[in-house]
Amino acid sequence: MGTTHGDGRRAPSPVIRFEAVSKRYPDGTVAVDGLDLVAPAGRITVFVGPSGCGKTTSLRMVNRMVRPTSGRILFDDRDTATLSPTDLRRGIGYVIQQGGLFPHRTVVDNVATVPVLLGRSRRQARQEAMGLLERVGLDLSLARRYPAQLSGGQQQRVGVARALAADPPVMLMDEPFSAVDPVVRGQLQEEFRRLQAELGKTIVFVTHDIDEAIRMGDVIAVMRVGGHLAQVAAPAELLGHPVDSFVAGFLGRDRGYRALGFEVAGELPLEEEDAAALGDAVAAVAARARDGWLLVVDGERRPQGWLAPGDPAPGTAAGVSVTPDLLHLGGTLAEAGGSLRAALDASLSSPSGRGVVVDDDGRLLGTVRAAQVLAVIEVRASAVRAGDERALAARVQEAAAGAGT
Amino acid sequence: MSGAFDYFDRNRDTVLEWLGWHAWLSLVPVVLGLALALPLGWLANRRRAFRAPVVAVAGLLYTVPSLALFVLMPVLLGTKILDPVNVVAALTVYSVALLVQVVADGLAAVPEEVALSARAMGYGPLRRLVAVELPIAVPVLVAGLRVATVSNVSLVSVAALLGVPQLGSLFTLGFQLVDTGPIVLGLLGCVLLAVVFDALLVAAGRMLTPWRRAVRAS
Repeated sequence: MGTTHGDGRRAPSPVIRFEAVSKRYPDGTVAVDGLDLVAPAGRITVFVGPSGCGKTTSLRMVNRMVRPTSGRILFDDRDTATLSPTDLRRGIGYVIQQGGLFPHRTVVDNVATVPVLLGRSRRQARQEAMGLLERVGLDLSLARRYPAQLSGGQQQRVGVARALAADPPVMLMDEPFSAVDPVVRGQLQEEFRRLQAELGKTIVFVTHDIDEAIRMGDVIAVMRVGGHLAQVAAPAELLGHPVDSFVAGFLGRDRGYRALGFEVAGELPLEEEDAAALGDAVAAVAARARDGWLLVVDGERRPQGWLAPGDPAPGTAAGVSVTPDLLHLGGTLAEAGGSLRAALDASLSSPSGRGVVVDDDGRLLGTVRAAQVLAVIEVRASAVRAGDERALAARVQEAAAGAGT
Repeated sequence: MSGAFDYFDRNRDTVLEWLGWHAWLSLVPVVLGLALALPLGWLANRRRAFRAPVVAVAGLLYTVPSLALFVLMPVLLGTKILDPVNVVAALTVYSVALLVQVVADGLAAVPEEVALSARAMGYGPLRRLVAVELPIAVPVLVAGLRVATVSNVSLVSVAALLGVPQLGSLFTLGFQLVDTGPIVLGLLGCVLLAVVFDALLVAAGRMLTPWRRAVRAS
């Protein structure tokens, strides 16, 4: 498959269409049963489900590592079966658990693999590989090492860089972040989302972890054992309206709270905060505290923590100035453009009960209380309930169409 | 011991010639055997149904006594009984029998996710074998080649009973002369060859696997 146009620019990311795709093995097991799905162009579509649900098989049918028994998979309007498997695969980035890096090649040569297969000179491919390693946040001093000399997280970064090396319009990611510890996994997920926002590739992503699916997916396809699609929806829709008890059970606890993560907070009623600055005399600002708590900012108006001037220990001696060690930390910050979940969490975690809201540069805008956030949530929910008559009808229709396949 | 060195001093040219023959007769079958074992082992590793019969036949071949094989070869190949080709052919059979299993094991030892990602990146089967799987299988292959080579060095000497000249001739000679000198000399020669070949194989293996040293050092 041609990955570049004549002018050297990348081919646009295609829509991937699964049309009645099934995989039956000779022994009679059905891995995937009549899958109909559209993975939108430039978005991440996540296949998620318990083991044995056919998610990995579905992924591997895209690059024909597994041949469908029936049905077609199209890139835009092009049937992938019409391409030679090697040509098809060289145009698809592939990342798997543990990286699947070549142990006998250095990091930079691993990344240069596909460009070299496509006929690029080794020197040029290595040069480009260095740029990619930088892009995925890998220290270039590691480029000449072998994969086994890297940590799991570093190997996964190399795996991502290798998949991106030929700038393929499509990427397949099979549990790419499962083998690393939770902290590193969180970083990799976050960084990959940021990278994808720039790259806009059409990505099919497989995971067994519903939290990862919700974090990474623009579209989530929940599958059940036997290779059936249970529900396809955007994360918020999935959390808010699971179609059945299987999906609801798979989503797990705290669905309502997690769904707030996809609700943009919008216009929250912010209270102005008469904040003190670091270096102010405690005695001079103590009177400005409300409910015993005073917010402290730095010279750039970035929140630093909360002062409790009533505390017997620090406040007593006249002339003591506000220093960081007097402050109560704790309390997450909510960005003004952030989610209702972030706003609610900021207020719940703040020692004063007033959640701190900041702008994009981290400067103080004001504070909001949990009750106020809840009021916004309640107003929205009742609006949704009122509109439910219409929405419900539409969903029933959708479900009927889905059941027909 | 001194008898061995005396004998060597008196027959230097002959003994060195025998040493050369011995080296040649031990090594050529390993090279040929590897060339044949690569495709067979590859097939055995790829097709599960193929693996059991290949391994069974290889094991069976290994149990055929070497002397019998040496004597059978002229019948099978239509060669003269004294032709060294018989020895090469017979030992190639042993080498293949041993190395098929080694190649299959070596390829099976390539981590599944590595083979998978090679496929997914668009390597065809042959290119994948040459560029990815064989280099990773080198440590296993080298271990197998060491066994095959050393066992050939010892098996070649049996061919002395047929009159094919090599270090084994020193054993038959010593037996006929009732003199331990040539026998000990033959033994020393065999051990020397085995040690040198082994060292060369180990060195070659290290040269082909820089990544293993790098990993151990860090």
